[in-house]
This record gives sequence, structure tokens and C-alpha cells, in this order.
Amino acid sequence: MSNKVKAAIIGPGNIGTDLLVKAMRSELIEPVWMVGVVADSPGLARAEELGLKTTAEGVDGMLPTMREDGVQICFDATSAYVHAENSRKVNEQGAVMIDLTPAAIGPYCVPTVNLDEAVAAHAMNVNMVTCGGQATIPLVHAVSRVQAVSYGEIVATVSSKSAGPGTRKNIDEFTRTTASGIAQVGGADEGKAIIVINPAEPPLIMRDTVHCLTHETPDQDAITESVQQMIGEVQKYVPGYRLKNGPVFDGNRVSIYREVEGLGDFLPKYAGNLDIMTAAGLRTAEMYAEQILSGDFIPTSSVA
Amino acid sequence: MDLRGRKITVHDMCLRDGMHPKQHQITVEQMVTVARAMDEAGVPMIEVTHGDGLGGKSVNYGFPAASDEEYLTAVCKEVTNTRVSALLLPGIGTVDDLKMAVGCGISTIRVATHCTEADVSEQHINMATQIDGLDTVGFLMMAHMIEPEELLEQLLLMESYGANCVYITDSAGYMLPDQVSSRVSLARRELKPETELGFHGHHNLAMGIANSLAAVEAGANRIDGSMAGLGAGAGNTPLEVFIAVCDRMGIETGVDTFKAMDIAEDLIVPMMDDMVRVDRDALTLGYAGVYSSFLLFAKRSAAKYNLSSRDILVELGRRRTVGGQEDMIEDLALDMAREQGTI
Repeated sequence: MSNKVKAAIIGPGNIGTDLLVKAMRSELIEPVWMVGVVADSPGLARAEELGLKTTAEGVDGMLPTMREDGVQICFDATSAYVHAENSRKVNEQGAVMIDLTPAAIGPYCVPTVNLDEAVAAHAMNVNMVTCGGQATIPLVHAVSRVQAVSYGEIVATVSSKSAGPGTRKNIDEFTRTTASGIAQVGGADEGKAIIVINPAEPPLIMRDTVHCLTHETPDQDAITESVQQMIGEVQKYVPGYRLKNGPVFDGNRVSIYREVEGLGDFLPKYAGNLDIMTAAGLRTAEMYAEQILSGDFIPTSSVA
Repeated sequence: MDLRGRKITVHDMCLRDGMHPKQHQITVEQMVTVARAMDEAGVPMIEVTHGDGLGGKSVNYGFPAASDEEYLTAVCKEVTNTRVSALLLPGIGTVDDLKMAVGCGISTIRVATHCTEADVSEQHINMATQIDGLDTVGFLMMAHMIEPEELLEQLLLMESYGANCVYITDSAGYMLPDQVSSRVSLARRELKPETELGFHGHHNLAMGIANSLAAVEAGANRIDGSMAGLGAGAGNTPLEVFIAVCDRMGIETGVDTFKAMDIAEDLIVPMMDDMVRVDRDALTLGYAGVYSSFLLFAKRSAAKYNLSSRDILVELGRRRTVGGQEDMIEDLALDMAREQGTI
């Protein structure tokens, strides 16, 4: 198994467990640690069954041996509140941190848009923005790479069942972080994010609307082609990423309606919002792994 | 129904819910004129914000004629006795918007969520309770979609976060008086006695007055309405009518009935782009249980894609859409147009 990079997942909840299921299939990543804080958590038990080392002592429980266990990549699927500490600790042990919380202390990373740059910069902490950001920023970028976008807005609608307690307690983090990602990574002059939670049963599949306002009259053919091409790129790691309608053009407005069906690895298929996050996190880890395996990047604490 | 001697607080929605039929184009000057007249008539509370609350400025809901900050600053300094509220929908606005509105001089913040999602308001209600003297209201929308017991649980959550008043909101104008009574009376029994209880109606089934009276009878003490009914769908409970009815019934609102009538007739009706009334589409909202501000979006999409706006609204109801999902309307219209071969 020398052609894989060893990884740890911090947070054995829904996201961490779904990520584990995906990582087990990876050609480049080998999950070896699952870190939790509750001794009898089902997520830790599941990871142990799958042969991972586990601890309920938080990151501190893994630190003493993580270097000798060869962990070079960590995923944080906990919360924004504890992320900075977790990141500092694993960076000190020479592991890259991939942040799935909205803490956003490292540069934003959206695989189809700026993964190459993020990895080339060899940052020791990268942030995956938000689920809504992963689902929509590629499309804002698909428009802004054709012509300048003065304003990008996204509306993410998720089922109640897929909006976890972390999101609910701090929904402002979602709107702020996503809006800032739309501008910084999506390339819009200004970003705005809206999230709507719908309790319908059966739960609705995550849907997102992307509205862009262009400075000049939109080049309809070029934008349509760019959007189609981008959807193909995202589908490589999220097969259920689909265009529903559009792009619709109305004056300087470009609107794109789409949905994301998850793979259903551990999370149900309607939770495409969470699935796209775990898939993007893993895709980012794999790019790092390629660099590590080829010798182009040696994660070290000094880089942090 | 004997409600003589009951004291209630009416809250006018013209300058917030009324932004929906005006496509958020009410000017600062119009707001100031209306607010002054409300103050003069003794209306105790008015709401001023983008129709979708603080931060509602967007492609999805519409760009307003002025910013929330401009509206609130202008109105707050213009009124003497009337208190000004702002609406905030978590997921659209943030605590930053809340702080801005407080800085402009609002007395009340109303934090609104879909009726099953009260827990997303914790952050905002908590923050509001830390601001000295700020009247903090939790506002549960589309309250017809769940049973009284489930609704009560959500109201209790908002109360537990620190709201001193909670609202049962008939956003679709779907409820009938019995449905209002059962929800309000259960809430009144179980909430703390000092927690105020409000009802916000829409007039889509022409039940605004009847439902508001049912709410007062069941124990609500704050009632929303808007002069001439300027609000989403067929509008809110027409406030000048409700005030006249209260006057006749001996319910004390503190508002001058004739002055209220004059505001409706002389100021609000002339502002309307189209008459706000129970037309076929507004009636469909109430009949099918659809969020009232979807009205104009459905009409526009129907016109653009050669569809029936009633069909669109009925389908939105069938899919159990909630407030804020305006983006669903064009998406759905495109699906329907393709099926029906109109595009």
C-alpha cells in the first residue's frame, strides 16, 4: 500500500463517516485514524470495524503516534469553533489540514476552480468553503471566465434532515463564508448567499440557483458552453451534479437552476449538500496525495 | 364574541409586507409620509424593511428602491410615538444586519423562520436579547403546515432563546378561524404568561378580520395588518377595517379610526401599482396554502412561458414549498412549459 498517503478523519459524525466510506475506495488515500470525542459514538465503532485506529480523546488522542503512523493528511469534519486548535496541532505533526468546517482560516478551495493553485501553493490548511459554495461557485466561475460578473448570488435549498445542528446554530457562517467564496473564488465583484431549509417529506434533493449579473450583455452561446463544460468537470467527482434548467438569460441576468443528488454512501441521496462537501474534500486530498507521492511536496510543520 | 375592554397592539405592515406588491420600490419619501401619518393616527407599531426582511436585497427577491439602512434611518427619526420594527429571516439576513438596524433606531426585531425550523433563529434571538430594551419577537411562518402541538414546540424554542413575544403567522392566508383558535389557545396556555403572543394574517380567503378576531379571542395581544391591506398576495388583514371592527366591539387599539381610514384611502391606495385584492391567483394562494409573496413571481413566469399562473401556484403548494423559495418558480415554470410544449 505504499502508493497511498495515510489520512486521519477528525469527527466521526455523518460527514466524517461518509468521507470515510468514500476514502476507503480511493486509489491515493488510505484512512488510518478516526478521531472523536464521545467514547461510545457509533461513528467511532464503525471506523474501528473497518480497521482504523480510533480515539475518543479528540486530536490529542492521536497526536503522540500520528507521525509514526504516517499520517500526512487530516480532514476536520467537526465545527468551526474547535477547528483552529485542531489545525495547529496536526500541522505541528507535519500533516496538511483539509477543513470541512466553515472556519475558513486557510485559503478557500473549490476543486474545479482553484484546486491546482491551492495545492501548488502547498498551503498546510485549505478550507472547503461551504456545501452551498462547493455546489455553486464552479458555476459562478463558469460565467465569470467568459465575461466579467458584477454580482453573483446563490440560493441553496436543503432538506431539514440534511441541515445539521452545526449549520443551524450558526447559519450566518454559511451565508457569510459562501458569499465571500463567490467573490474570491467564483470571480464575481460582489457575492450574496441565501439558504432556505425545507422540511417536506420525502426530503427534497439539494437544489441551488445561481444568478449572475454581467457588466456587458451576456454572450449566451459562450456562457452556455462554459456552464455545460463545468458541470461535466464537477460530475467527475459528484456524479449526481445535474443541470435542471438554464442558463436562462434575461437582460444582464444569467440564471442557472440545478440539483445535487448524493451518492448515498453513508448519507442519504437527498443530502447532496453534504455529499458534495465530502467528495470535494476527498478530491482535494487526492491532489495533495499525488504531489506528496511524486515528491513535489513534503508537508512539514515549518510550512505552516 | 364579547371582547369588550381587551387591549391589543396593532402592527402595520405597509412598509414591509407592502413592499411585495410594490416590488420593493416604495421610495424613502413615501415611507416617511406614511410613517408620519401612522404616528399621527396613533398606530403603535410599524414595520420597515425590504419585503423579505433585512438583507432581502437580491436578484431572487428583488432589488429595492433604497437600502434597509436608508429606509430605517429616515423613518425612525420621523416618528414620535410609533415604534419601528425590522424583520430578519436567518438564511437571508445576518446578525450584522440586525446590529445595523438597531443602530438606525428600531425598537423591535422580529426573527422569522419556517414553522418547523425555529432552531435557526437561536443565534439571532440571543443576540437581540443582549441589546438593552430591544423588543425581541420570534415569528413562525406558514404556521398552517403543522399541527398546533408541533407549532407549540417551536414557539417554546423561540421563547427559550429569549423572545419576549412569539407570532403565529398565516403566510399563505390559508387558515380558517378554527385553525387560528386552536393554535393560539394552545400556545397561550403553554407559554409563559408574560410572553406576548401575536397573529399575522393574509387576506387570500378574505379571512383576515375573522382570523384576527379569533386570535384575540384565543389570547393573542398583538395583531398585524396593513392599511388598505397593502401586503403580499391579497394583502394582510386590512388594518383600517380591523380597527373599525375593534372600535365597534370595544377592543382597545388606541388608533383613531377615521385617521386610519384616511391613511388607507388617501395615502396607500394611490401607491398601489395594481389593486391588492382577492383575485384568482391570490385566492389560489389561500386555497392551496402557498407563500403569499410567490404571487407576482408566478404571474411573471406564467406570462413569460405561456402558462397558467394558477397551475404554477397549485404545483408549488403540492410540492410543499416554503417561504424564500422564489427561485423555484421559474425553474418549475420551465419544467411545466417543456411538458406542455409552450416553449
